[in-house]
Amino acid sequence: MAKLTREDVLKLARLARLELSDEEITGFQSELSEILQYVEQLQDVDVSGLKPTNQVTGLTNVMREDEVRDYGYKTEELLKNVPKVKDNQIEVKRMLG
Amino acid sequence: MSQWLPIADIAAKVSTGELKATDLVEQALKTIDEKKEFDAIIATTEERARERAQKVDAGEIKGHLAGVPFIAKDNFLTFGAETTAASNMLRGFVAPYQATAIEKLEAEGAICVAKANLDAYAHGASTENSDFFTTKNPHDKTRVPGGSSGGSAAAVVLDMAPFAIGTDTGGSIRQPASFSGCVGYKPTYGLVSRSGVVAMASSTDVIGPLTRTVEDTALILDVMAGRDDLDSTTIEADKAGYAKLDGSLKGKKVGIIREHMGESLDPKIIAVIESSVKKLEAAGAEVTEISLPSLPMALAVYYILCPAEVSSNLGRYDGQRFPYSYAEAKDLDDSYFGSRGRGFGKEAKRRIMIGTYVLSSGYYDAYYKKAQTVRTKLINEFSEAFKQVDFLVGPVAPTTAFKIGQNANNPLQMYLADIMTVAVNLVGNPAISLPAGMVDGLPVGLQLMAPQKADRELLELAKSTEELLV
Repeated sequence: MAKLTREDVLKLARLARLELSDEEITGFQSELSEILQYVEQLQDVDVSGLKPTNQVTGLTNVMREDEVRDYGYKTEELLKNVPKVKDNQIEVKRMLG
Repeated sequence: MSQWLPIADIAAKVSTGELKATDLVEQALKTIDEKKEFDAIIATTEERARERAQKVDAGEIKGHLAGVPFIAKDNFLTFGAETTAASNMLRGFVAPYQATAIEKLEAEGAICVAKANLDAYAHGASTENSDFFTTKNPHDKTRVPGGSSGGSAAAVVLDMAPFAIGTDTGGSIRQPASFSGCVGYKPTYGLVSRSGVVAMASSTDVIGPLTRTVEDTALILDVMAGRDDLDSTTIEADKAGYAKLDGSLKGKKVGIIREHMGESLDPKIIAVIESSVKKLEAAGAEVTEISLPSLPMALAVYYILCPAEVSSNLGRYDGQRFPYSYAEAKDLDDSYFGSRGRGFGKEAKRRIMIGTYVLSSGYYDAYYKKAQTVRTKLINEFSEAFKQVDFLVGPVAPTTAFKIGQNANNPLQMYLADIMTVAVNLVGNPAISLPAGMVDGLPVGLQLMAPQKADRELLELAKSTEELLV
């Protein structure tokens, strides 16, 4: 039975790059445990001889020619939702603090 | 009674000049304004809608949907208003291009007039997870309209436009259609391109219409369906199209799903479903009971696979590429944590956390891979069932619309609202919710399901069924 500790929640939050408040950490500890306990009913299902399904309509490797198509978009237009742009590139903060 | 004619009639009358697209757009905008207390709409696209209406009236834009106003769930990229997916993360996002579905509707002359509310990123069953506001049920303002396409369903029932479009990942079109009282259609996986739609769980996400009648739904599907180079999961549409339906119930084999008629269901809802099935039988359908033994596991499968895919699809909202960014961040890592921690609402975070857990090393086999394998078992059981019957029938949801706030502190209880809708998303089959009756003043939907790619046959059955239920 999955019962998440505070450390488990903090580890997940770190992996997912989520800053959580103390209240959220406590809340998620019980909520996520409850949800995981619910989905754990699958552990008892017999799936011997079965393979996992990833794609339901049976399509595999849909290929196309590797050629440039012009959809008429301008770089500036595609960047207009980006918080910080410099010389038509996305500007981010320095990686090492 | 609705103020709107059948969609085909509206388009025909606009094409002959008997109706003016500009009047239809004003009529839709007026209704949206008059019914704004239901909070179904996030924003109108009125300026662009008026311009397009003028072009339709001038004969510059023609087609099967000429001048027909519609409302798009706000996770469709559209011009004329922001596209937010009801999330703070995307507040201020101006789409640089439109969703393929929108482009196809517009190419036939339809006019988008507004963007409808939803649970943020489509995570929810009530619109209560919208980062902005909760939509009210058209039949009772103290109740939810269902979700996540709750704004779209409410908008159709409130008669704001002849149709709306939504997305269905685990029931998000059918369940609000059932709660609010309209037709809601989930096509076969891949039948409608998802290009330009904010992704939730890519292995189950589909796009579909919400309308007043099956005929309207069929016409909209006909326009939206088919292959699209911008979505490699798309499949070919039926060569006969979907717009012209015939067929009768005589000799059709319909299976009642035993696992969905159990004790957990409100007896009054069972009564509505049973009376609907009797009508099908009286009209000549051969009704039998069908068992899909793994069906009770579908929700558990879904709540592993869906959060896993959500955690991946929401990875792009990192504070660098989309509007919301934590301004006080010291460095890049701080910007990721701060932007995601502050920008995402509680349900998005919850799903990211679950998804991260089931995909993390050490747990992947026990959760994610196991769920994908039980999914195969479900697919096999559905295939077996469709060897015995042409269609499956059952309820859409275990309850009618619940009170706003009732499940707010119990996420698992909220997830249970999807228990009868998620299975077809996992197996990729089409399904429809039809208004079947009322229980204590609230609508109840009847769900019909068909084999993959039998969308046309399903719509034909639904049309014959609808005539019996009205």
